[in-house]
Order: sequence, then C-alpha cells, then structure tokens
Amino acid sequence: MSEVRGSLKPVIAHGMRLQWEPAQEAHVLLYPEGMVKLNGSAGAILARCDGARTLDEIVADLERSYGASNLAADVNAFVSFALEKRWLELRE
Amino acid sequence: MNAVTQPAPGSAAARAVGPPLWLLLELTYRCPLHCVFCYNPTDFASTAAELSTAQWLKVLEEARALGAVQLGLSGGEPLAREDLEPIVAAAHGLGFYINLITSGVGMTEARMRALKAAGLDHIQLSFQDSTREMNDFLSSTRTFELKSKVAGLIRAHGYPMVLNVVLHRHNIDHVGEILAMAEAMGAQYVELANTQYYGWAWLNREQLLPSRAQLERAESVTREFRERVGNRMKVYFVVPDYFETRPKPCMSGLGSVFLAVAPDGTALPCHAARMLPGLQLPNVATSSVREIWYESSAFNRFRGEGWMKEPCVSCPERKKDFGGCRCQAYLLTGDPDNADPVCELSAHHHLVTEAVARAEAAASQPKAAREQVLKFRDHRTSIPVTTGEPQPRGRD
Repeated sequence: MSEVRGSLKPVIAHGMRLQWEPAQEAHVLLYPEGMVKLNGSAGAILARCDGARTLDEIVADLERSYGASNLAADVNAFVSFALEKRWLELRE
Repeated sequence: MNAVTQPAPGSAAARAVGPPLWLLLELTYRCPLHCVFCYNPTDFASTAAELSTAQWLKVLEEARALGAVQLGLSGGEPLAREDLEPIVAAAHGLGFYINLITSGVGMTEARMRALKAAGLDHIQLSFQDSTREMNDFLSSTRTFELKSKVAGLIRAHGYPMVLNVVLHRHNIDHVGEILAMAEAMGAQYVELANTQYYGWAWLNREQLLPSRAQLERAESVTREFRERVGNRMKVYFVVPDYFETRPKPCMSGLGSVFLAVAPDGTALPCHAARMLPGLQLPNVATSSVREIWYESSAFNRFRGEGWMKEPCVSCPERKKDFGGCRCQAYLLTGDPDNADPVCELSAHHHLVTEAVARAEAAASQPKAAREQVLKFRDHRTSIPVTTGEPQPRGRD
C-alpha cells in the first residue's frame, strides 16, 4: 500500500453509495448486491470524501471535528485501503 | 431461547433479530425464457395473481422502515411488469440501493432511460437458456446480438456491466468461449455461477451436474483468463456445493437478513422456501412486513439453534454455517431439520457423493449415448416438486 498524495481529492467510487442507516446506527457503503457496515472512524472519513476536498483538507477537518492531532497517517492508511477495495476513486 | 416459538414483540428474543437488510421482490413469474436451471418453484403456474403496484409500494415502505436497504428486483423477468419504473422510483425515494436482475429481454433504450431517471443503481444481465441459446451465444448469433445491445445500453447509461452465467454440465466446457464473449461485450464483472439444485434445476439435476474433471478444467481456464485480463474484468467462479465437504452458510441463516416476496405476495425466508413442509408462509397482502419478519412462525422457525439435530447441534461449525441449506436438507433427506447433506459429517452425505458419482459416469459415456432429457420451465410442465431422487421426465 503506497502513500496517497495529500493534494488529491478522494470521492466515493462510481456505482457505490454511502449513506447513514438509522436501523444500523452506522454509515454503510452500498454496491451491487452488497453492503459494508462501517465503523465510526471509517464512516467519518468516507463521509468527507466528496471529490471537492483534498486529502489534506479532510485530515484537517477530522482533527478539528474530533479535537485530535496527528491523524494524517491513519487517514492515509484507510484511504489507501479503501482505494484498493475500490470504495474510493481519486480526482486531481 | 427457543427459536421455534414466537418471541413476543419487544422481548429480548425479538430484539436479537436484526433487520431484513436484503429485500428481494420477485415481481412476476412471467418470463419469455424457459431455463432448465430456473430456481422458481416448479409449480409456479398454480400461484395466485400478482400484487398490484400499490401493494408493492406498501411492501417497500414497510420494509424500508424496518431497515431494509439492498433491494433486488427479479422474477421471472421483471421487465415483464409495466410498472417497473414507478416501483424503482418509489424505492429510490425511500433510499434503497436497487439491483435489477434481468435477462435483458424487453429492455429498450426508452425503458433504460426511464429506469435510470427513476434511480436504478445497478443491472445484472443474466445469461439464459442452456441449449438453444447457449449455442446461439457460442456461435455469436441472435443471443449475442441481444446481449451486446443490452450491454451497450447498460454501459451507455453509466452502469457497471455485470454478466451472470449459470454453469452446468452442458456449458461448463465452454467457459473459455463464454469469458471471451463477455470480454467482447464489455463486461466488467462476470459471475460464473454453477447451478444450485432447487426448483427446475432439481428436476434436471441428473442431467445438469458436471463431473469433477469438468469443474477443474473450468476453474483452470478461469484462472488463466484472470491472469490475462488483470484488473480490467473481475471474474467470480461459484463452485457447486455438491463438490464441497462443508455446507454453505445459506442466507446467513434463515430469518437473519433476507426477505423475499413472491409475485403473489407470499413472504419467504429464502427464494426456495415455499417447498419446505409445514411452513405457514405469511402474505404481505394480509400482514405487515413487521409482523411477518418478527412475529410469523415461518420466519422464526429456523432462527437460532433450537431446531437443529445432530451432528449440527453439537458441532462447533454451526455458528459459521448454520447447518447449511434447509431446502437442500429437505429435498435430499425429506427432513428440513437435518444437516445439509453436503456436509461430510451428515449421515446422508452419501446422497450427494452418489449424485456426483453418477455425473462422473455420465460424463465418461460417449456423447451420443448420453441421455439428455431436460425439463424446460414453462406453464405446461409446471408441477409440484417431490423429495428424494429427482425423477426428470421427458417433455411429453
């Protein structure tokens, strides 16, 4: 898994849909005939992957929202994982 | 917890049951095709009238309120319903992720545009009949033209192109050609799904089950194809469970996540459950989806482990495979509470290995000597299914 450049803009991959499901009290990722129930941090990251914000901006927003610091490595690792799973795509 | 009794609404037992996340609406049994491997009930012609549009919309609303989120629209051929577009639009408005499972017969540019506008998320194009159309397909004639046209529409409207092909003895040797055709029509995903033996496929099992050598050849061809195309196409190969030694975790356990509704409104804990003896299957026309899912005896019948017998009841793997498939246990042993005979720990496992051995013997006969009596799904041959050994009869 390689590092994702912070200036790139991740977006939910074509054919996938992210939504909040009250019955499961979780974000889920929906795709053809399948579903992934996301844990809190995965949901928080993917909910910010709107194709408009850069990865650096997403990290800054998460650090602000959760009053945390040094999230960059964890977020980058998850985004790499999600790219490999084809949950996310990257825009320039 | 005794899973066979009905948990009181709001009780701990009822709360332990999760929502019906996966809703499958079999909108109609009408279909222009006559596939020998169809899993529709073999007595489908005797089922009652189809639900109205308003009744389907009520099912969607009630199921979504419980947390259903993945929606399959199938049949029969769902395009045979003229109200498919308003059904899709209503489902989209409710927040479902909507999968259309179709043969493509009846798909036009106008309907594709309307379905896209209504919010359809995904289309699975399935490949059909085993013999005539298989030949058409392999010789690039009519079927290939139809599939290519529909595949082109699917791609032009921005959908991933997903092709599903059901494999059996008569087409499994052509996996290489099937994959090449799928590539030529621009498929991004191909599911090579070996036949599962329910419904019409059960009646035809002795003619459809491949030999182990056929299966291994097909797997090896699939592996080589995967290596050649890399990420461009994703190919799934589903091994028929008759060749396994442990059963599949069917539906993640009945009444766990899956709810199917048949064309006449009958609610089913799995597609094939209509055949199970003694199940009082509820109907969405007379009960709410909440009552059906949480309170009906049919949906509680196989929840938990109270119904299990040996070897399942003391087996550590029961939490993983839930004893396998109830319909397969019933079809092969006559008792739906038995272990799925696919499991080598089942006292009835020999029924599966003997069927495989007969397939091996049939495959080793010269081609001309092989009996090829297949029952094609149509209204004329629609009959109730029986348990034990399938007794396929000719098309009289």
